[in-house]
Amino acid sequence: MSALGAIRDVLRGDAQADRVVPRRGHSVRLTVFTSAAMAFLAVFALALSLASGRLADRWSEALARSSTIRISAPATQMEDQVWAVLEVLQQTPGVASARALSDEEQRALLEPWFGPDLPLEDLPVPRLVEVIETADGYDPDGLRLRLAAEAPGAVLDDHTRWRRPLVQAAERLRALGWLSMALILGSVAAMITLAAQSALAANVRVIRVLRLVGARDHYIARAFVRRFTLRALTGAAVGTGLGMAAIAFLPSTQDEGGFLTGLGFSGAHWLWPLLVPPLAAITAFWATRAAAFKTLRSLP
Amino acid sequence: MIELKEAAYGYGGGPLFSDMTLRLAPGSFHFLTGPSGAGKTTFLKLCYADLRATGGNVTIFGQDSASMSRDEIAQARQRMGVVHQDCEFLDHLPLTENIALPLTVAGRGGPTQEANLSDLMGWVGLSARADALPPELSGGERQRAALARAVITDPDVILADEPTGNIDWEMSLRLLQLLLELNRMGKTVLIATHDLALIRAAKAQVSARVLRIKGGRLQLAGAEL
Repeated sequence: MSALGAIRDVLRGDAQADRVVPRRGHSVRLTVFTSAAMAFLAVFALALSLASGRLADRWSEALARSSTIRISAPATQMEDQVWAVLEVLQQTPGVASARALSDEEQRALLEPWFGPDLPLEDLPVPRLVEVIETADGYDPDGLRLRLAAEAPGAVLDDHTRWRRPLVQAAERLRALGWLSMALILGSVAAMITLAAQSALAANVRVIRVLRLVGARDHYIARAFVRRFTLRALTGAAVGTGLGMAAIAFLPSTQDEGGFLTGLGFSGAHWLWPLLVPPLAAITAFWATRAAAFKTLRSLP
Repeated sequence: MIELKEAAYGYGGGPLFSDMTLRLAPGSFHFLTGPSGAGKTTFLKLCYADLRATGGNVTIFGQDSASMSRDEIAQARQRMGVVHQDCEFLDHLPLTENIALPLTVAGRGGPTQEANLSDLMGWVGLSARADALPPELSGGERQRAALARAVITDPDVILADEPTGNIDWEMSLRLLQLLLELNRMGKTVLIATHDLALIRAAKAQVSARVLRIKGGRLQLAGAEL
């Protein structure tokens, strides 16, 4: 029998065939509970993965287009160097816009560390110039050389130095999320294999009677496979529902909350968790099928 | 139908029997007798491929049982009715579903079969116990139910291991009549029993061969019958 035929049989069902295997046994509750728990965790792993992906994209996009020039110079030369930098930037291909940050903006940047009443004018604080790049970007090495010639106190920070590890961290987090999903599915397969083997071992007498009256191994296996597949599907559906509800009740995305409040689904991403129950059922189908045929082959 | 050629079997501590040669021709009626432990049950198990001969060969519906796959054995068993000595059932199913089990696994359920099932239940005197679960049945009821399950599919061959071991003489004769009737319809019957009275009752009505396992060999039973 082909795999597709076996799947069709499981979906179609056979009321009489379903009854030949006793319904009692702790493996029923075990399978439903574990599938529900694993689906719940899978929803969180999925949320983590998707949130990390969004974060990586956002950081990558936001930081890739901007850079900063820091100008450290004596107070008497500061304005000249700022103008020199802006002039260089105006002539640099790949720079969309450039502007010097005002004292208020610089004060706001330093406020988290020094408090609201910082006397900026009395401190030797460098001036910052924000540079927005075009889609093609500029040549950072060439710009550095020109800045060194025109404004010796200017230092270009193109964000690459600290952007790359952030994006890498977010991408690794996303990969870990997917790895967690794979591990959860693997755990579902292992758990259902054990439960199916336990159920088969507890029903050796049933199997013997069925064989005595002419049942094929496919028929016997199908009864177990269908039962475990439906249990896994039911458990996973419940776990997914609870997981989605838990995600929905997390605090909404806020800039102040950073990553933690962004852990959730947005838009079409809410459809992704709906794949968890069918995936659990497919995993249960193959795990039970393999366990059933292995056990049946081992029986005399 | 089923043929044994110099078949032998041993459980590990030496051969239980050897050089067994027998051909169950279509429509034949055989009794297999012998003392307890002689190997009657083992002989029957070779006939329905529950065991594989350790010597010689066993042919079931034209196929060598040694090379039959699980599916082929299942197909062969769908053409046989086996009354197992232990009368095992599925304890969670009511009696009617147990008796109809060979039809269920063969995908042959339906209104006609339900009518046959009802008739058969009445014939073996179990109509009133239709909804009972197997653990609620007496030994005699289990044997009658096992026989009903064996014949529900109208099999070509009926193999019965001590089918009257736990039932009274009157019911034994009724079951024998059922088997004789099936034999008259062309079914092949092999009954393993140590009930000589049953064999004598059968021989009065049908030309049955009586075989005995003695000293690990198969021989025709003699004048004591």
